[in-house]
Amino acid sequence: MSPRSSYVTGSVQFKGAAISAARLLWQSVGPLFTRGLPVTVEITVLLLVLGLVLGTVLALVQVYGRRPFRYVCVVYEQVFRGIPPLVTILIFWNGLSQSFHVFLPGVVAAALALGLRSAAYQSQIFRGAIQAVPPGQMMAARALGMGKLQAIRHVILPQAFRLAIPPWSNEYSGVVKDTAFACVIGGLLELTRLGMTSLTRLSMTHGIGSQLILPVLLIVGLFYLALTYGGNALLALLERRLRIPGFEMKGKVER
Amino acid sequence: MAAGTRTGPSDVILRVEGLHKRYGKDEVLKGVSLELRRGETKVVIGPSGTGKSTLLRCINQLSVPDKGRVWLEDVEITHARTNINHARAQIGFVFQDFNLFAHLTALDNVTLGLVKVKKMSKKEAVVRARDELARVGLAEKAASYPAELSGGQKQRVSIARALAMDPKLILFDEPTSALDPELIGEVLEVMVQLARGGMTMIVVSHEMGFARAVADRIIFMEGGVILEEGTPAELFTCPRCERTGQFLRKITELYGETNGR
Repeated sequence: MSPRSSYVTGSVQFKGAAISAARLLWQSVGPLFTRGLPVTVEITVLLLVLGLVLGTVLALVQVYGRRPFRYVCVVYEQVFRGIPPLVTILIFWNGLSQSFHVFLPGVVAAALALGLRSAAYQSQIFRGAIQAVPPGQMMAARALGMGKLQAIRHVILPQAFRLAIPPWSNEYSGVVKDTAFACVIGGLLELTRLGMTSLTRLSMTHGIGSQLILPVLLIVGLFYLALTYGGNALLALLERRLRIPGFEMKGKVER
Repeated sequence: MAAGTRTGPSDVILRVEGLHKRYGKDEVLKGVSLELRRGETKVVIGPSGTGKSTLLRCINQLSVPDKGRVWLEDVEITHARTNINHARAQIGFVFQDFNLFAHLTALDNVTLGLVKVKKMSKKEAVVRARDELARVGLAEKAASYPAELSGGQKQRVSIARALAMDPKLILFDEPTSALDPELIGEVLEVMVQLARGGMTMIVVSHEMGFARAVADRIIFMEGGVILEEGTPAELFTCPRCERTGQFLRKITELYGETNGR
């Protein structure tokens, strides 16, 4: 054999290896798109909606509620802000099923655990925003004959929610990544869990797989990055769309 | 003076009896009573911190008085069973610092109460609101947000907001005190028109020119009580109370009477 032909053979082998590596990589990454992303998005949306609704109620009670109810909110907040997200998920998934035979679907258990937790954080965002609305706004609404709830709904909240968008986008970025803890829920194939299954499969069945572990992990990371980046871009857009003259955060320096 | 010609108990729109209000250790109101007849304008003057604003807030229960009663016509609004929202919808209130709803246009500031409190249809409310904005000379500012308006314009929008509700009376709490001097005139002008048009109003203000021009009676308050009440002529020429005279001289010296026109 001439040196040249061996060179050609080597190139073919190299090409073949590259193709099979790419195929392996796709085997790991494909499900991230088709399964992992939708599941992670589902958990995120559910937990944010739960956190938004409950967080708003908690904030309103803390600002306008009677004393005993305010205390209940404070206790709730302290409890849920004081427990690691991984532990709350284990409580709602493993704890409830073991002790009370409550078997929640994985997505529900994750969204509930993280949503109740997020509500505690969101309540603080909304409380700050509600208190940032000048008291004269409530007074003017009441002076017109609006009830307290009407005033909250039509005057206070529309202003408070606008003020809350920037800190809320922070909370959004946080919870997207918290959903990774849901990987401890058996059979819940969200992004991180899928990444982990790929790792196991690659390292056990393919020698070459170990070279792919880092790229797979980086790609999993990119998915989260895309979610936080995309979400924050949407929230920034929302903030611009809802902007009212004279109502934006002050303090812009022209030059 | 419009009110002087009409009397009789049915003409009394507002009756305040023995109002007391305490904030912590400070007793701000120490028994204030007054009556307001249909079409009457009363101007309340007095040194700062003597309970003038508190009096207005106690009338529509934005501050709940510790003691005393308030009647709107024959309804006692201090009564626990009175629907306070219903009563407030009939009492306009104009604040010193306007308190326009910051997230709404001038037009929507006026329509909000009509739609949510008076249950008017949006369409009707818009027609009504445009009329009221035109009445205060701001028809072309309907689409502006509060931050885009001058202080005088804001206060005129807030007067339109009160007027649109078709109130039985309007309470003005130092409506020109937060304004730059050159903007005071446009607000007073609107108020003079209202008073001359027969609106019933209580105005806390130190605009003596305004008081002289349209007040049926001036009330001088100090230390949480009404020291003296009388027509402008009575108070300006020969106040019975030494303090009233002193105060009036000082105020006139400080502000002059040019603003009131």
